[in-house]
Amino acid sequence: MLQINDVRVRIPVAGGRWVEAVDGVTLAVGSGEIVGLVGESGCGKSTLGGAVMGLLPGGAQLSGQVLLDGRDLGGLTAEEYRRVRGNDIALVSQDPSASLDPTFAVGAQVAEAIRNHRDIGRREARERAVELLRAVGIPDPGARYSDPPHRFSGGMKQRVVIAAALANDPSVLIADEPTTALDVTIQAQILHLLRDLTVRTGTGVLMITHDLGVVAQVCDRIAVMYAGQVVEQGTVRDVFADPLHPYTRALLDSQPAAHHRSGDLPVILGQVPDLTDPPAGCRFAARCARVHDRCTTAPPVVETRGGGRVACWLHDALPPVAQEVS
Amino acid sequence: MTAKSTPAGGTAVVRAFFWLPRSARAGALILVVLVIVTLLAPLIAPHDPNAIDPTHVLAAPDLGHPFGADALGRDVFSRTVYALRTSLAIVFASVAVASLAALPLGTAAGYFGGWVDQVISRPLDMLLVLPALLLAITLIAIVGPGSIVAALAIALIYLPILARVQRAASLVVAHAGFVEGGRARGWSSLAVLRRHVVPNALGPLLVQAAILAGFAVQIEASLSFLGLGTQPPTPSLGLMLSEGRDVLTQAPWVEIFPGLAIAVIVLAFNLLGDGLRHRLDPQGMAS
Amino acid sequence: MTALLDVRGLVVTFPAPGSGLRRKRVHALSGVDLSLQRGHTHGLVGESGSGKSTLARCVLGLQRPDDGSVVFDGTEIVGLRGSALRDIRRRIQPVFQDPLGSLDPRWTVGRSVRESLDAFGVGSPADRERRVRELLDLVGLSPDHADRHPVQLSGGQRQRVGIAAALASGPDLIVADEPVSALDVSVQAQILNLMARLQRDLGVAFLFVSHDLSVVEHVSSEVSVMYLGKIVETADRADLFADPVHPYTRALLDAVPIPEPDARLVHVPLSGDIPSPIDPPSGCRFHPRCPLRVDSCSREHPVLTPVGTLDSAGHTPHRVACPVVLPARP
Ligand SMILES: Nc1ncnc2c1ncn2[C@@H]1O[C@H](COP(=O)(O)OP(=O)(O)OP(=O)(O)O)[C@@H](O)[C@H]1O
Ligand SMILES: Nc1ncnc2c1ncn2[C@@H]1O[C@H](COP(=O)(O)OP(=O)(O)O)[C@@H](O)[C@H]1O
Ligand code: SF4
Ligand code: SF4
Ligand SMILES: [Mg+2]
Ligand SMILES: [Mg+2]
Repeated sequence: MLQINDVRVRIPVAGGRWVEAVDGVTLAVGSGEIVGLVGESGCGKSTLGGAVMGLLPGGAQLSGQVLLDGRDLGGLTAEEYRRVRGNDIALVSQDPSASLDPTFAVGAQVAEAIRNHRDIGRREARERAVELLRAVGIPDPGARYSDPPHRFSGGMKQRVVIAAALANDPSVLIADEPTTALDVTIQAQILHLLRDLTVRTGTGVLMITHDLGVVAQVCDRIAVMYAGQVVEQGTVRDVFADPLHPYTRALLDSQPAAHHRSGDLPVILGQVPDLTDPPAGCRFAARCARVHDRCTTAPPVVETRGGGRVACWLHDALPPVAQEVS
Repeated sequence: MTAKSTPAGGTAVVRAFFWLPRSARAGALILVVLVIVTLLAPLIAPHDPNAIDPTHVLAAPDLGHPFGADALGRDVFSRTVYALRTSLAIVFASVAVASLAALPLGTAAGYFGGWVDQVISRPLDMLLVLPALLLAITLIAIVGPGSIVAALAIALIYLPILARVQRAASLVVAHAGFVEGGRARGWSSLAVLRRHVVPNALGPLLVQAAILAGFAVQIEASLSFLGLGTQPPTPSLGLMLSEGRDVLTQAPWVEIFPGLAIAVIVLAFNLLGDGLRHRLDPQGMAS
Repeated sequence: MTALLDVRGLVVTFPAPGSGLRRKRVHALSGVDLSLQRGHTHGLVGESGSGKSTLARCVLGLQRPDDGSVVFDGTEIVGLRGSALRDIRRRIQPVFQDPLGSLDPRWTVGRSVRESLDAFGVGSPADRERRVRELLDLVGLSPDHADRHPVQLSGGQRQRVGIAAALASGPDLIVADEPVSALDVSVQAQILNLMARLQRDLGVAFLFVSHDLSVVEHVSSEVSVMYLGKIVETADRADLFADPVHPYTRALLDAVPIPEPDARLVHVPLSGDIPSPIDPPSGCRFHPRCPLRVDSCSREHPVLTPVGTLDSAGHTPHRVACPVVLPARP
């Protein structure tokens, strides 16, 4: 299981300045649990995923703790991290074509993912790869084993990527927009597959997406990110039924599906602030419909129903969460 | 696409200069100085480059002859200055001719595709596989040697390379939304080419041209060296090299100074090309 | 009432990628009919490769069909050239998906917005400048934006510029190909609201192409569903979403992840992949994936057939291309 404690990431940009892409995020992904991470573009979702994977851009600074099954990944050397990646944590990203080597048979790529981390024979790896391809729903996996990726459709390629990611039974899977590039009917298949596999294998998933529909369909818990911070988290049921943070509410309201009949959609005016110079106080204040005088200082993180959290002055009467940061 | 901020307007040249990366500015400066030197050659050269002086045969460098004198007693400094003029003229002319021909050919091939592409690209690809020097020598064998022919021969070598770069860049731009948009907004295909495609696809061609210009000096030198380019007594850098080789051990200066000049030109164009690549061709379409 | 746009029997094929003497062809559109009333929005949905963009490009006169006709306000536009084509283009304008790619990076916003005014030589240069400022205001941008370059704008602002540029020539029809697909939900909502307002205020009609059913449901008055180069169902918005008839439409609606945790999907609505348009399935193109298929489905080509009767307002009747589900209905 994955525990992220007060993680901060700063990325250097031109002019000696820094983007504070992730700013004090605390988040957990339990075994067999799917946690949806949502928020507008540029809120730091992928950067947080990169921080967990140990794949941050050059020069980036990370602070806080990333614990995987109780082990602090912060102190790992590059080589140790390489061994953790693909073994204990794995990544599925948006573009399956970019994740697969176009010149190698798909089966061989899955087998290689296994052999990279385990000392097993070619034959055995092949058998296990075929099994994995079958598990992710590739029809006739024995025959398709030696096909190059270009013989596969986008949805099939994403299945192969998932097979490779799950090859070594990782504790946690980071899925960064895994279905964004796919058609809806194919997306439904892949989401089902992920749901199914997590139940069967106990792998936890951090599902980065901008689609609240996807979260509602497959996630157990949701974390809403805004300008580098998680502003609200909780079970999907609680948060969708009664979003506490004005940003969560606005995101839910601006979904067209929520307003079948015509009429204007509620909008969130303005845009995500420039993270090289984030505003003081509540970062959402400039766009918040319920902004008030207290919002010029950062709101406290408080505990909500069902172990959820929210950071907004409207809820400061709720009990504060204990600082579990070292 | 290409640059985010491209120079335009009155002080364009100055702005263009500062828009270049630092190393490219050095390249550009060297080239400007060299061009000024060649333009002012009659003022700068202390002697007539072709004046034979039996008293100074293979004279070592001194105040009167800063680069020494060659086997005929001609002033190497004056000859280098004039040779620079010939060589640079050949370089600029060849690259300009090749670029001007490559621009419409490559743009049409990339933008229209289909049979237009076939008709243009197939013959050019055939040119590309022929060895460059063979091509040049064949042309010269047909027309006869000389500076203009050398320039044309280099242009012929460069045309398929530049056209291919321009084709690739146009192909990318042709699929951009704003190109279709231009047609849908009421402009003809030709107008769209002129307004959208060419300006956005020009970067890689400029980069490639600058890089090739550096090599052109060397090709020009080789042709002259082989006696196929500029004809004596007109000084060219290649010709001077070939003359210098015969006396290398007795009078190395006859060889060294034109050689240095070639090296400086190649360096300047490479600096410029690299810098332009940074700004105009981030995807690295030019080779 | 005659339709503003009437597409009949449109067929488009492309040479298939790869080489070979007798190249196969991609069947992008295989006999498409569609009509659009003045001031309405016709939503076109379908998965990637179903031919939505190709249809859009035919309507814009950017793609010549192999067969079929596109009649705009009584004029056949297939085969138009020169000034006749230009006159039509003034009245049909595009908005594209990728707001950055659809603006020339070297041009200022003002010049992009002005592009059609320049093409048609509308008014004096000063008039055009004034018009650019009006248009920017109309789409919710400030006049200062005219001097900016696209990279200096956010995604939503860029799409506003794209819409302003489409409005410049005063079109009757805007063909919007996935206009909000690249935008965040919050920004998407702003652009959808803007388009709705423009329709109310200016009466412009939209052919609205999208793969996102919830967006289409929100904006459209009529909807057509495409699958592999054919329209399988077309109906009023309300009819289509409340009472989808074609098995593909139903599966598509089921597959949309709705943002309600209580309505979790328990089964996969459609198995299998979308077949290649190079060798489309025989008969009904949906038959390899169709849960209701019968033997005849792989042989017979279903045609769009009305379900029920024409409604009183003379709206497009609900039509479906599936003989198997039709007889079962009243
Ligand atoms: N390599 C980088 N160099 C500089 N800034 C970066 C880099 N990567 C990300 N950023 C900045 O960090 C912030 C967070 O970016 P990130 O990609 O994590 O967002 P995201 O939430 O994943 O967005 P999206 O939904 O678009 O994928 C943004 O302001 C972004 O511009
Ligand atoms: N210019 C083209 N050349 C070759 N094939 C094309 C071209 N444009 C579209 N196609 C093909 O036609 C089919 C329909 O494409 P398109 O209209 O873009 O679908 P959609 O917009 O619904 O995703 C696809 O198979 C696509 O690959
Ligand atoms: S703290 Fe204030 S500004 Fe921030 S979300 Fe809450 S009400 Fe809005
Ligand atoms: S015609 Fe047959 S295959 Fe096609 S949709 Fe109807 S039932 Fe399915
Ligand atoms: Mg991201
Ligand atoms: Mg499309």
